[in-house]
Amino acid sequence: MNNKPREIVVISGKGGTGKTSISASLAYLSKDCIVADCDVDAADLYLLLNPISIEKHEFYSGHIAKINQEKCIGCSTCKNLCRFDAIKEDSNGKFSVEPTSCEGCKVCVEFCPEKAIDFPDRLCGEWMKSETRVGFMVHAKLGIAAENSGKLVSLIRSEARKLAQEKGKNLIIIDGPPGIGCPVIASITGATDVLVVTEPTISGIHDLERVVSLANHFRIKPYVAINKFDLNLEITEKIEKIAKELKAQVIGKIRYDKLVTQSQIEAKTIVESNIPSAQDIIDMWEKLKAN
Amino acid sequence: MTIAVASGKGGTGKTTIATNLAVIASEKYDRVTLLDCDVEEPNSHIFINGEKVNEEIVNVKIPEVDESLCTECGACSDFCQYNAIVSLKGKPVVFKEMCHSCGGCSLVCQPKAIHEVDHRIGVINFYKSGKISLIEGLLDVGSPLSPPLIGAVKKHENKEELNIIDAPPGTSCPVIEAIRDADYIILVTEPTPFGLNDLILAVEVSRKLNKRFAVAINRVGSGDDRVHKYCKKENIPIILEIPDDRKIAELYSNGKIILGNLPEYKKSFEEVLEKIGMVIQNEQ
Repeated sequence: MNNKPREIVVISGKGGTGKTSISASLAYLSKDCIVADCDVDAADLYLLLNPISIEKHEFYSGHIAKINQEKCIGCSTCKNLCRFDAIKEDSNGKFSVEPTSCEGCKVCVEFCPEKAIDFPDRLCGEWMKSETRVGFMVHAKLGIAAENSGKLVSLIRSEARKLAQEKGKNLIIIDGPPGIGCPVIASITGATDVLVVTEPTISGIHDLERVVSLANHFRIKPYVAINKFDLNLEITEKIEKIAKELKAQVIGKIRYDKLVTQSQIEAKTIVESNIPSAQDIIDMWEKLKAN
Repeated sequence: MTIAVASGKGGTGKTTIATNLAVIASEKYDRVTLLDCDVEEPNSHIFINGEKVNEEIVNVKIPEVDESLCTECGACSDFCQYNAIVSLKGKPVVFKEMCHSCGGCSLVCQPKAIHEVDHRIGVINFYKSGKISLIEGLLDVGSPLSPPLIGAVKKHENKEELNIIDAPPGTSCPVIEAIRDADYIILVTEPTPFGLNDLILAVEVSRKLNKRFAVAINRVGSGDDRVHKYCKKENIPIILEIPDDRKIAELYSNGKIILGNLPEYKKSFEEVLEKIGMVIQNEQ
């Protein structure tokens, strides 16, 4: 059997809308999935699922330029060619690479007349396979100021798929990154469903339109969950209308619940805590499952 | 002076703080420039409500191959570190979304068959509201690379006067690009486990970039005191605390600014500007 598992990616235009709380709850409810944290920039899912690491790997991606001071004659060719302003010259005429600016393009390495620039692999972070009370989890920690979060996201997804194959699971739940840029694109391409979490705010509407059009751009079915929907019923209604126009089904409405923070502090998913909003998530899960 | 408002993660209140600071600053300074560098989802314009005065298309340079000159040697695709140029049975094909505009392919092309052309990645919108100039970067949907657009927004910084940067969330390339030249960073967080986790990352970034920074805690009272304890332990000043006030959440949801609607918060925002001004002066 080589059935492709269902892959639900939870995203949002903006951060802080409740992606992590919702994905953790869905994973808990499914009882039978692989869960992956693709919000590698600020991975928080581990705070709720308390993973016990079973495998840990370093993540190398791309390269970084490094000037060998002994060979460098200070001709400034590298500085002139670098489009990222990553080569700095100090007051003694010494050249060096500013690592947070270097994009690893290799131009300086290639055109240094003295061959004085090295190009080692770049350590960008680490990724882990873990066991949690909701099942196996794949997650990562991106190094500070490291690049290529898109590549790390792709790696986590492919490892999650491998793990699903291995363990015979047909569902992968992914906590995605915010925004519409490189990491989000990497987390939704090829996924089966996207669950867009939004809030009833003017900015929420704005972000929803952009992120749903991104899902449409990649031809992935978008569902919408309106978190804290009762905070502003007028805007919630507007969101429902806009979602309809964008052909995205509103599949869940979750009430504003101050106790969510409390369950976060207790490191529990919402559905494990006996709080009012838990029922809303359970209802949403039932609909998602049936679709 | 440039103050950047950043956070490990979105939804903590960056835009709220950046826009309110801009409003307070406009009472004190002749001109304030607010740069919305959260180009994937810029929201400052909702709160500033200015009049749009201009727009500017932002392009990056991508390679174009002149097939009549191309000898199909493959040097360009061998060189490209981003797989943005691929030689499929001869003629190279450019994947423009992957290109970082380093210019390497045109440099290595011996027959000079590659030149660079403009490729649109987004737009900058210019708004004016009283003394506030809002400069907003808006990334095109489907365009993956935000740093060049953030860089283009930052070119409009007014070095002589006060600039406030609404930074993107996270700890990777976009946020680095947004905050790297700031004089002071305000890290916005919430008193929760997620808030602390993301704050620690943001602190690491600020330290790595050798920046002066302080913490603003939003929704104080909604969680616990772990963020306060961490700041104390790490000797990080807490420059602003905004209580968990449903009135603020409602104003936000309707796209309204705190100041002007809840005047009781005015003083604390004024103090933020004063304190930062003093720190920067003392350092100079």
